[in-house]
Amino acid sequence: MLEVKNLSKSFDKLCVLKDINFTVEKGEVVAVIGPSGSGKSTLLRCVNQLEKAGGGEINVCGINMMHTNEKGKAVFADTKTLREIRLKTGLVFQNFNLFPHMTVLRNITEAPTLVLKKSKAEAREHAIELLRKMGLEAKADAYPSELSGGQQQRVSIARALALDPEILFFDEPTSALDPELTGEILKVIKELANDGMTMVIVTHEMAFAHDVADKVIFMEGGYIVDEGTPEHLFGDNASDRLKQFLQRFNQH
Amino acid sequence: MTGEQIETLFGLMLEYTIPTLKIFCFTLLYSIPLGMVVALLKMCKIKPISWLTNIYILIMRGTPLLLQLIVAQYSVPYILKSDACPAFLHALLDGVDIRSETYTFNMMLFAFVLNYAAYFAEIFRGGIESIPRGQYEAAGALGLNRTQTFFRIILPQVIRRVLPASSNEIITLVKDTSLASAIPYMEIMYIAKKQVPTYASLLPLFMAGLFYFAFAMVLTLLLSLIEKSLDPMWRRNVKTLRKGIFRRGNA
Ligand SMILES: Nc1ncnc2c1ncn2[C@@H]1O[C@H](COP(=O)(O)OP(=O)(O)OP(=O)(O)O)[C@@H](O)[C@H]1O
Ligand SMILES: [Mg+2]
Repeated sequence: MLEVKNLSKSFDKLCVLKDINFTVEKGEVVAVIGPSGSGKSTLLRCVNQLEKAGGGEINVCGINMMHTNEKGKAVFADTKTLREIRLKTGLVFQNFNLFPHMTVLRNITEAPTLVLKKSKAEAREHAIELLRKMGLEAKADAYPSELSGGQQQRVSIARALALDPEILFFDEPTSALDPELTGEILKVIKELANDGMTMVIVTHEMAFAHDVADKVIFMEGGYIVDEGTPEHLFGDNASDRLKQFLQRFNQH
Repeated sequence: MTGEQIETLFGLMLEYTIPTLKIFCFTLLYSIPLGMVVALLKMCKIKPISWLTNIYILIMRGTPLLLQLIVAQYSVPYILKSDACPAFLHALLDGVDIRSETYTFNMMLFAFVLNYAAYFAEIFRGGIESIPRGQYEAAGALGLNRTQTFFRIILPQVIRRVLPASSNEIITLVKDTSLASAIPYMEIMYIAKKQVPTYASLLPLFMAGLFYFAFAMVLTLLLSLIEKSLDPMWRRNVKTLRKGIFRRGNA
């Protein structure tokens, strides 16, 4: 489903991602954890085409998005292929990024009508179904500013799902929320996992990662330091560095 | 003053509101689109273009509009006489009658438009830059292309954000048109000043003041209505309210 090989990325001189290797299988839920500045967001942004990786290889659903040629230069697929890949991936942001001038419904139907050329009625029907799933069918005509953070995040998840992505990425979906609103988002993600959705979730919610993930990736300093099942990573066999990180985390 | 005199004066003043309205309308007509272009030029990634645009904006905003109006009006003959004048400019301006009314009006409009475009450009640039990067990224992640992102996501938000500041500029322009009287260009301010000794009364000035005030008030009202109508929540609430009244009326 997703294959990342030797991925690297730097901003000017600052090397943010170094030799990243991992795969995500269909239906798998992968949690990415690690200290601030370790490159978790940058990794998601490279895979979602919001940043251009500097080297390595990315394959999404068997389609090559980028690779490195013999001269060591990053080569990207043509625009058409990149657009095709873009529709297979969905991204949910930390601060929602809903469109404030559109109703909840329009937020969700805009991309399906513009990009997938769905009819208005069809897009609307799908959007309402998604809203029902998120428990927000009453909010279809509300504007984002009239919703709580948790509701906004659920709308943004519905918006990403409206394009029927093969794989959904979350960048700290609960970090901008009050603790009491965090639960409602985690519940939605858990339901998606039960439905068999393939997901990659950057999170600081360790209990949640332990609970819902099939695989956990621990990043630090631009490297994947440790990777494995939650039992392995949150157990006694984890690397010392990860244990240290988790210990510091639990103190907070 | 007799009633008849007042009536004549009023008629005269009314006639000269037309040139004032003409300056106002044409300045807006050209300076708003030009302001958008200037805003884009200033945000241009090619540095020399952005610097040159910035110098233009600094000069326009840093010197009096009155000075700019007078320079535009009287500098052409001096430029034509100078050795540094490029041939194409010479060819362009040689046949022009600098005492004609068209010339006076066009050069005046030229100065007004360049001045207001600089102010509008800064407002528009501020509006575009105030849209968070996340809006572009969300649109991109949803597969919208650059055109769709600009027209569907960014522009509607920019318009709403720049409207209050633009309204201010528009109201200011109402009063700034009076600077044209110094050129001199015969609009309401010019005629009002001229009538003072004739009638030995302040009434002409008072009438001019009243005209500017009424014009500015009407515009203020109009612009605030536009502002409201662009507020999606306000529009929705009006719609539901209407539906409610309609239903009750039917029942
Ligand atoms: N656009 C950018 N330009 C320059 N440096 C950047 C840019 N984006 C990120 N960085 C740098 O890259 C490094 C990794 O950032 P990233 O946002 O990926 O970390 P993160 O693991 O997501 O951290 P957090 O948990 O705080 O979200 C940081 O040192 C950051 O300063
Ligand atoms: Mg981050």
